[in-house]
Amino acid sequence: MSALVEIRDVSKVYTRGRQSVEVLHGVSLDIQQGDFLALMGPSGSGKTTLLNLIGGLDSPTSGGISVAGQRIDTLRGAALARWRAVHVGFIFQFYNLLPMLTAQKNVEVPLLLTKLPAAERKRHAAIALQLVSLSDRAQHKPAELSGGQQQRVAIARAIISDPTLLVCDEPTGDLDRQSAEEVLNLLEVLNREHGKTIIMVTHDPKAAQHATHTLHLEKGTLVESAA
Amino acid sequence: MKYLHLVWAALMRRKTRTVLTILSVLAAFLLFGLLDGVRAAFNAGGTIAGVDRLVVASRFSIIQPLPESLIAQVQSVPGVRRVTWGNWFGGYYQEPKNQLIMFAVAANYFDIYDDYGVTASMRAAFDRSRTGVLVGATIARRFGLKVGDKFPVMGAIYPDKATGEASWQFDVAGIFETPSSKMRAHEQEILMHWKYLDEASAYGSGTVGWLIVQVADPAQSAVVAQRIDDLTKNSDHETKTQTEKAFNLSFAKQIGDIGLIVGAIIGAVFFTLLLLTGNTMAQAVRERIPELATLKTLGFTDRSVLGLVFFESVLLVVIGGVLGLALSSTLIPAVSAASGGMLELPPIGVRTWLIGFALMLAVGAIVGVLPALRAMRLRIVDALAGR
Ligand SMILES: Nc1ncnc2c1ncn2[C@@H]1O[C@H](COP(=O)(O)OP(=O)(O)OP(=O)(O)O)[C@@H](O)[C@H]1O
Ligand SMILES: [Mg+2]
Repeated sequence: MSALVEIRDVSKVYTRGRQSVEVLHGVSLDIQQGDFLALMGPSGSGKTTLLNLIGGLDSPTSGGISVAGQRIDTLRGAALARWRAVHVGFIFQFYNLLPMLTAQKNVEVPLLLTKLPAAERKRHAAIALQLVSLSDRAQHKPAELSGGQQQRVAIARAIISDPTLLVCDEPTGDLDRQSAEEVLNLLEVLNREHGKTIIMVTHDPKAAQHATHTLHLEKGTLVESAA
Repeated sequence: MKYLHLVWAALMRRKTRTVLTILSVLAAFLLFGLLDGVRAAFNAGGTIAGVDRLVVASRFSIIQPLPESLIAQVQSVPGVRRVTWGNWFGGYYQEPKNQLIMFAVAANYFDIYDDYGVTASMRAAFDRSRTGVLVGATIARRFGLKVGDKFPVMGAIYPDKATGEASWQFDVAGIFETPSSKMRAHEQEILMHWKYLDEASAYGSGTVGWLIVQVADPAQSAVVAQRIDDLTKNSDHETKTQTEKAFNLSFAKQIGDIGLIVGAIIGAVFFTLLLLTGNTMAQAVRERIPELATLKTLGFTDRSVLGLVFFESVLLVVIGGVLGLALSSTLIPAVSAASGGMLELPPIGVRTWLIGFALMLAVGAIVGVLPALRAMRLRIVDALAGR
């Protein structure tokens, strides 16, 4: 049986002016359905770059990436955007909520791209907020929420359209220990009880302990880890 | 429409800036509404049918005089009840900045103009004195004139035959107040005897500036006007018979091409508006780069982000534009009233609204296109990394 995410010999070269830097050197990696993968490594090693490729935010310079049997390295523009809308939920270090919208409306945003009627969007958002224990904050704007709460709203937004993958870039990087634990526990629940496949970049070994696997990236290459 | 709240949220992000921008759009469209009214007023001039007073003037230029002999000819045209005439008299009182609106009028002038508020005794006093003038109340107040005062005027065009110089001596025979507010603009006028002008002036005697005709049946005005103009057809003094309103406007039109002036003002205002609103939109997008990148991350295509920003720009201008035009349509009656009947601005019609909407869309589009393109071209990974 093939893996959910198959990364084959992926390289990424950034060109800025006349200079070009190869950030990833022939990375190959399989991620199974139901994995909770922690991706660690020093700053500048290419973790975000790799995560962005898996999430379809960028395309590799060479190599192949397929998710659930579909090649995404060949998708561009609108096709890639549509693929993201259906298959990937994103969680960022700084939450990236829309500041003018309430928690409820923020969670609904991905559903605007579906054919769901307004009432259904609202219902789905309410369920997602319940899942992250923020039903009582549905009408609050991001500025009225703590960092941990904002990140949980972001998680609700990431899971609302039931994506194939959850992609998290240092989701606890901006949080205190306790909020971080809440967020990590939530991700664990999503992984264990809802079968979500999660790929999480983190600097924090404690965070990595919540994952089922840990991989290390160094200078653009995956290195074997003890786990 | 389900994206409307996203666009609205974007506009509300900086309320003060949005409100100020909307106000400047409002001001521009308010001006557009009023000036378009002015333009329309100058191009309208009213229909002749149903009007009982007509003005007969030279077809070629309102300052070209007509022969005195025309008076009798016009009087004999069927359907004409009464004819009177007048002449423009240019001059100033004491200082050149005190330019006067002065007309020389025939003896029977007030038979037709019974709405000037000239009483029988006032008229008798006027008739008694060769050098008498009737002064509108507004102008009398301005110069502090009283009945019986001497009133010297420096004539701009007509030098006095007797003295060989341009200074004229008048006597204030009466001060009139118009009974209806619609006539109020006439209180700026000073009326002298045409006979005095004709006898005293160095040239142009035996001519009149224009004729005023009272028709027997207002329903027949158009026909009578045609008959009058036929009198001088193919002569060197062809006439044009029109309503007083149209005649007054042709005076104002001498200032220049009103359409051109209006167009130039509106052009300048909208050019400024483009710069101002364009700057607002550019700023609005610049400070929202991370949010726009987030939308793209969530699966919004480049094109839909382009559409959102573009729509935001158009919405901003349409809100201000509609408010501005609505305000101008409520102000127009007030402006007309304030002009004392000089300027009858037509209410804002469908045509103005349509042109207005087209302008709003155009401004919104022009202003929105660059920020929208910028939003569209935004690369997610760079924006997320703050590059
Ligand atoms: N768009 C880009 N253009 C040029 N260079 C880039 C670009 N994106 C990333 N890089 C470079 O690629 C390298 C890897 O960046 P990346 O963001 O993937 O690192 P990271 O492992 O996520 O680091 P950190 O832990 O600090 O987030 C860095 O040297 C970075 O400067
Ligand atoms: Mg990173």
